[in-house]
Amino acid sequence: MASVAVNQAPGSPSRARRWLSGFRKRETWIAYLFLLPWFFGFLALTAGPMVASAYLSLTNYGVEQIAGFEPTKVVGLDHYHELLHDPKITLALKNTLIFTVMLVPAKMLVALGLAMLLLRVSRKLAGVFRTIFYLPEMAPKVAVGVLVLTLFNGQEGIVNRGLEAIGIQGPFWTTDPNWIKPSLVIMTVWACGGTMVIYLAALAGVPQHLYEAAAIDGASAWRRFRDITLPMISPALFFTFIILTIAGFQTFDEAFTAFFGAGSTGAEDPDAALFYSIYLFRQAFRFFDMGYAAAMAWLLFAIIIAVTLVQILVSRRLVFYQGGQR
Amino acid sequence: MSEATQPAGIPAAAVPQVAQAPRGPVPLTWLKQAMLVPLLLVLSVLFLYPFIWLISASLKPQDEVFDNRIVPNTVQWNYGHGPYDAIGRPHGLIGLVPEAPHWLLNTFWISSLGAALVTFSSALVAFGFAYFRFPFRNFLFALVLATMMLPGDVTMIPVYLIWNHDGLFTEQHSWLPHIGINTQYPLWVPSMFGSAFYIFLIRQFFLGIPREYFEAARVDGDNYLTMFWRIALPLAKPALIVSFIFELQAKWFDFKNPLIYLTDSNLFTLPLGLKTVLDRFGQGGGGEGEWQIIMAGTVLLTIPMVILFAIFQRYFIRGIATQGRKG
Repeated sequence: MASVAVNQAPGSPSRARRWLSGFRKRETWIAYLFLLPWFFGFLALTAGPMVASAYLSLTNYGVEQIAGFEPTKVVGLDHYHELLHDPKITLALKNTLIFTVMLVPAKMLVALGLAMLLLRVSRKLAGVFRTIFYLPEMAPKVAVGVLVLTLFNGQEGIVNRGLEAIGIQGPFWTTDPNWIKPSLVIMTVWACGGTMVIYLAALAGVPQHLYEAAAIDGASAWRRFRDITLPMISPALFFTFIILTIAGFQTFDEAFTAFFGAGSTGAEDPDAALFYSIYLFRQAFRFFDMGYAAAMAWLLFAIIIAVTLVQILVSRRLVFYQGGQR
Repeated sequence: MSEATQPAGIPAAAVPQVAQAPRGPVPLTWLKQAMLVPLLLVLSVLFLYPFIWLISASLKPQDEVFDNRIVPNTVQWNYGHGPYDAIGRPHGLIGLVPEAPHWLLNTFWISSLGAALVTFSSALVAFGFAYFRFPFRNFLFALVLATMMLPGDVTMIPVYLIWNHDGLFTEQHSWLPHIGINTQYPLWVPSMFGSAFYIFLIRQFFLGIPREYFEAARVDGDNYLTMFWRIALPLAKPALIVSFIFELQAKWFDFKNPLIYLTDSNLFTLPLGLKTVLDRFGQGGGGEGEWQIIMAGTVLLTIPMVILFAIFQRYFIRGIATQGRKG
């Protein structure tokens, strides 16, 4: 039966019918059975909640509604309107943006530098150092938050002691609003091993004859880096650029651990570390203002999509794919 | 790189052997390499220092935690009940936080169970996508990948409300096990439904298995389920290990879900536990709080992951590299 279908010329009217006939095959339904766990999870934990979250963002759903004291009212786009006028939202967005803009290039640069160093020593040596540079990725984010507080302690932290040793008076990293974000950035860049490994794989894939040809032509090391290495690894750079940016927008664990009391509602916490996800969490699970928090989540999603699209459009001319355009 | 990316467990004949031109930068001379070593060593010290500082600080008395010595002046075990002060109050981790051993145990079983469940369910789904051809296959697979882009914040609130609702329901029906808020179910039950990245990863692996293996098994009388179990799973072992250890790490790190769902401190996992300890004992920063136990807690949270990495390093590196190639 199957062989008859294969013998038909493509584009003949039976193409749609053949596609439909897929539903009559036993195999199809067995395949759907294999997909069942994902399908259930998708409906119950992704698609359904997305619809629910979109609906909630249009309602006044809050603590009275959860408890059932008051009925849920649709308030239309009020929350979205409110978002635009909430100074804390502006602050949280600004904080998140500044943090991400500092973090992403820093992490990419450090990771690329380390990867390039590792590729220039023997395999054995590179293996040892790769392990060492990757290790910080295994430090849980809450531990990273604790390390921010201790290593960057203004009076007694090792960072300031180190700076003192070379004659610099270090700032009060964890209390000075101007230095809270840099201390978080530095500690987050510490865990750049994953990015480094992605670059290592990309760098190791650049055909060697390109470098040899360039060397014969007398190209300087910088020219070889700019004109061979960078274009050849641009897909990896682009990938990490997008992934790190998306992750940066959702930063929560480290900053929350270091600067926000788990039970606190905000008055005493530093404004400089109020990231968007932290503010969202607080709206949702400290004030139980679920409707507003849902609207916040959709705004975040919209921003992430917009930023990613811009990144894709801008980098379309900058990214070079070996083996043709994809 | 080629032998590193070739999946182990698949016979060499299954993967076409192509003679490849050398790749990567031109190797440096021995001398030039030797000149890079001091630089690498300095960088290594920078990267390892926080770990060393942490372990060292966790073995110091309360007033010496911030003295920044690598070797503690006085070595003190802060992980047990003691040390005790003049009036007999304990100042060790378990002494001040009796729940701490529970946290370690909770984290351990929730991570392991979650990782095993997500690996198995992802493998099932991956097999569905890899072996069969069926209507909507590409569309559904695109949908799987698309879910990776969705920020967790969007679904977080409704999912919480679902668990809240389930909890109220099971409370009213006492013959049902109590699930819901302030139970550990929300932390691992979602793992039963697979996860996009692991589905992608394991599917790639299944696609590399020659179809003849499956045809042969069919002739031997295997059904699809036994084929999955006897042929596909054993051959995809490296991908399954990657999925398991990645999820183990993710669950071990998980802070937000316990923070949202758990209020009873006996149910906490280590990250939430450590945060609680930090809030309760960390006031003052410079040596006023009980920083010695905060350091001990941080070590307890971190070291198991370091050990995990020591054992499965190969798989971590391979998994990450796959993530990059997908882009």
